[in-house]
Amino acid sequence: MEALAHQFFNLDIMRQAWPIILQGFGMTLLLCLAVIPLGLAGGLLVATASLSKSRALRWTVKGFNDVFRALPPLVVLILLYSGLPFAGIRLSPFAAVCLAFLLNNSSFYGEIYRAGIESVGRGQWEAARSTGLSAPHTFAYVILPQAVRNVIPDLVSNTVEVVKLTSIASVVSFTELLYAADMARSVTFNTSPIVLAALIYLVILWPVVRLMSRLEHRVAA
Amino acid sequence: MSAFERFLESFFNPKLMLRYWPDIAQGMLVTVEIALAVLASGLALGLGLALARSYRIAPVSAAIVVFVDVFRALPPLVLILIIYFGLPSVGVNLSAFAVLWLVLSLVLAAFAEEAIWAGILSVRRGQWDAARSTGLGFGQALIHVVLPQAVRLAIPPLTNRTIAITKNTALGTVIGVGEVINQAQTAVSFSGNATPLMMAAVGYLAIFAPVVALGAFIEKRFAWRRA
Amino acid sequence: MTSGPLAANGAERPILQVRGLVKRFGALEVLKGIDFAVAPQELVFVIGPSGSGKSTLLRCCNRLEEPDEGSIMVDGVELTDPRCDINAMRRRIGMVFQSFNLYPHLSALRNVTLALRKVLRKSRREADEIGRAALARVGLSDKVAAYPAELSGGQQQRVAIARALSLEPKIMLFDEPTSALDPELVGSVLATMRDMRESGLTMVVVSHEMRFARDAADRVVFMDGGRIVEEGTPEKIFTAPENPRARAFVAEIAR
Repeated sequence: MEALAHQFFNLDIMRQAWPIILQGFGMTLLLCLAVIPLGLAGGLLVATASLSKSRALRWTVKGFNDVFRALPPLVVLILLYSGLPFAGIRLSPFAAVCLAFLLNNSSFYGEIYRAGIESVGRGQWEAARSTGLSAPHTFAYVILPQAVRNVIPDLVSNTVEVVKLTSIASVVSFTELLYAADMARSVTFNTSPIVLAALIYLVILWPVVRLMSRLEHRVAA
Repeated sequence: MSAFERFLESFFNPKLMLRYWPDIAQGMLVTVEIALAVLASGLALGLGLALARSYRIAPVSAAIVVFVDVFRALPPLVLILIIYFGLPSVGVNLSAFAVLWLVLSLVLAAFAEEAIWAGILSVRRGQWDAARSTGLGFGQALIHVVLPQAVRLAIPPLTNRTIAITKNTALGTVIGVGEVINQAQTAVSFSGNATPLMMAAVGYLAIFAPVVALGAFIEKRFAWRRA
Repeated sequence: MTSGPLAANGAERPILQVRGLVKRFGALEVLKGIDFAVAPQELVFVIGPSGSGKSTLLRCCNRLEEPDEGSIMVDGVELTDPRCDINAMRRRIGMVFQSFNLYPHLSALRNVTLALRKVLRKSRREADEIGRAALARVGLSDKVAAYPAELSGGQQQRVAIARALSLEPKIMLFDEPTSALDPELVGSVLATMRDMRESGLTMVVVSHEMRFARDAADRVVFMDGGRIVEEGTPEKIFTAPENPRARAFVAEIAR
């Protein structure tokens, strides 16, 4: 029991690791601020394209979605970070992570938007167009706001996954929360720094997870 | 050598493909093994937990909720590192393969419990009434009447999550599990060439593209009107 | 006027005997001391405005709702006794619900045979045989393999009746069996109930089908505000009720 406490909940080591972990946490927040808006915007683009009249565009988007649903995000990241230099393109860890997340998350957010857009009745289009609104205006002011509202739970739940996913940036040596914690672990030979990092993730994400499951159960009941 | 040839040379080098395909194939086998093991144990555990929660024994339910929340909120990679580096020093030695399997199973169990429990809650009260009025006990009504409906309701929301979690087998490379991307990274460092990475990408597509297609089919098949 | 057990005709022991039944939901007292008895082969109609406690009374009779006070005897067994095997008793008390409550994932036959197999532990062959007979009795021999979603409301309700009937209950409770049905489908369900009545089944029916009550009921019970306010023959209750609220209610549903 004592060994367990010493190995996982060593307060001394946690205190020592705190400054570097806090720094890592700052980088995680920064990363989130970059990749979440990127994903939301990319998703919108993907959703719009997937509803386009052009068959070529629709098929391209479908291919894009299929590829990034099948590839693990870590693999996409490694391909970009370790593969691109062979083509003469050297990305910083931050840039590689942003690009990988843009590709991966656009397809997931895109599917969510699309479901939302499809959930808005045909009558909304017809009503808006009958008042003389152009198609882009109808989409932007009538369809999209309703669509987004219909899928807010899914958007939130996907965003939680994106925040969790930022931890894979540690694999390409981006100094975010998990990387910082793992560095502290390798210096101290003790797991407590990673437990500390886990606690930080919990503090941030637990309230959201709790809220989501309450919403889900309310809808279900 | 033209730029195009150089590109082919670094990304699609036939000689290297020939040399490394057994490694990549070996990695694919490992990936499939872990994914299947995670699928079986994760879904079974999630189902068991949802059933346990139906009995509404307060301490049991509370423990399940905490477990589910924690495993939904924590990044799997964090859990993998904690268990892989922490357990040996308290005397538990698990192989990297076992750690990966354990963590992903627990994560999948958490999401599965959540989805199936939501399904159980959304089965109408009248179903319980009807079952109990014919003399079925609580457990019998749960197993034969409520659960089959709950699972059907749970399948569409659970499908994508399940696929995402099985794809997390790639995280095993961080602790040296010899799955596809791990094999490819090793091959890249030996060959100084990106061809193994492209082979890995194709390997993953070969494994998971059918899974994604199957998932889409299942989702459609079970998008089923509740009675 | 309330009725003692003697309201059940003759000296025969009543199948169902309720005494002093009280049921509360939180602070709300839904049943305020009900005394009620049903003799073998009797068909009793329970009517009353919504919220009068009819459904709750019915649901207490197989303890889908737990009574707070009072006693409920079915076929000589005290249901509120903690030693009573409620599951064994429930299969002798058939229940039919307003919303049918068929199991959507099972075929009509499997809906009927589930309890036969799991409660009575019958073999699949035997359960199927009984199930087919029960479905034949409600006129649905051709729908054995159909799923609930493929059946009309009237057919679903008849499957639900067959499900209860197949367990050979001593008494059947009907909780507004026709009020969720389109008017043109009501007839088939009532015909089935009439047929059951003629075969001598004891029935308690919560319903406002007055024509059926006049034709088939032995006795009509009028409930209001959690009490039985008046009871008597259909003739009496529907033409000359004594209680003013009963009179107003009957006038309302007769319109």
